[in-house]
Amino acid sequence: MKKQLLKVALRDTLPVLTGYLFLGAGFGILLNESGYGIGWAFFMALFMFAGSGQYLAVSLLASHASLISTAVATLLVNARHLFYGISLIDTYKGAGKKKPYMIFGLTDETYSLVTQNEPPKGVSRHSYCFTVTALDHVYWICGCVLGNVMGATLPISFEGVEFVLTALFVTMFVEQWLANKNHLPALIGVMSTALCLMLFGSEFFLIPSMAAIALLLTITRKTARRKPYV
Amino acid sequence: MFDTHGLWIIVVATLVTMATRFLPFLIFRGDKKTPDIIVYLGKVLPYAIMGMLVVYCMKDVKFLAPPYGIPELLGCAVVAVLHIWKRNSLLSIGVGTVFYMVLVQLVF
Repeated sequence: MKKQLLKVALRDTLPVLTGYLFLGAGFGILLNESGYGIGWAFFMALFMFAGSGQYLAVSLLASHASLISTAVATLLVNARHLFYGISLIDTYKGAGKKKPYMIFGLTDETYSLVTQNEPPKGVSRHSYCFTVTALDHVYWICGCVLGNVMGATLPISFEGVEFVLTALFVTMFVEQWLANKNHLPALIGVMSTALCLMLFGSEFFLIPSMAAIALLLTITRKTARRKPYV
Repeated sequence: MFDTHGLWIIVVATLVTMATRFLPFLIFRGDKKTPDIIVYLGKVLPYAIMGMLVVYCMKDVKFLAPPYGIPELLGCAVVAVLHIWKRNSLLSIGVGTVFYMVLVQLVF
């Protein structure tokens, strides 16, 4: 059973492995260039475990930002996690001792995998989610530390490899689109975010997008009753 | 000299990040029944969030300057078409990523 779980979880997290190794390495390199060594890379990956949050932290470190601006900027970037929690409250109920760690490790990628994939037969959803979270965390730590140690010495160009995570989200999006008759939530997600990005710019669009999504989903609740989700 | 202020920056950034992850679970905890509207949002949010994340990945793409986001849009199109056709996640993601890398390294 354990072996089966690990096998399925490794397969499901393969795109995240690729993405995190390179994205983590990118972070490690940047951190190194700002004068922060392996200890910083390791502990940031271990305790923060947030891709865009850590990239932001590098620029905050480099500019000796104040603690207030650190808090505000991090909130602007990571507020999207609030939505992940809201949609997993019932799924993660009763996960016991595993629960705090599963919440701690709710990155974009972990969230996509745990909401989309089914655990293998005979394995509880909680064990599956926990294993996926832990694997993603290990990948991320490896990426950050390796990047920090190796610096920019890699011989081949990996430019563009970060697209693997975009591709992961596109795949999930298509998968959900094909599995559902009601496309309204998906459309609301894309349109609100695109519109807010144009209106507010890349620094501030996330919170207005989330507000718009929550509002529109609430307003259109009646349609959801008429056209149930599969 | 050890960068104490830097350490505080990391501490604050970590605490804020964790707050965004733990807050919903702290608010709606225990055996209390989750409010209807939250149950409903929990059910539909994943569909909206995936759309949000796809756009989020494009946030730093400059659509008004060359190459006008063409590699990103083509890359997404390849992933989507391949996925509708084969329904194999690793294949769609793998081919799409290599295609995108070729585009940004050799074409654009």
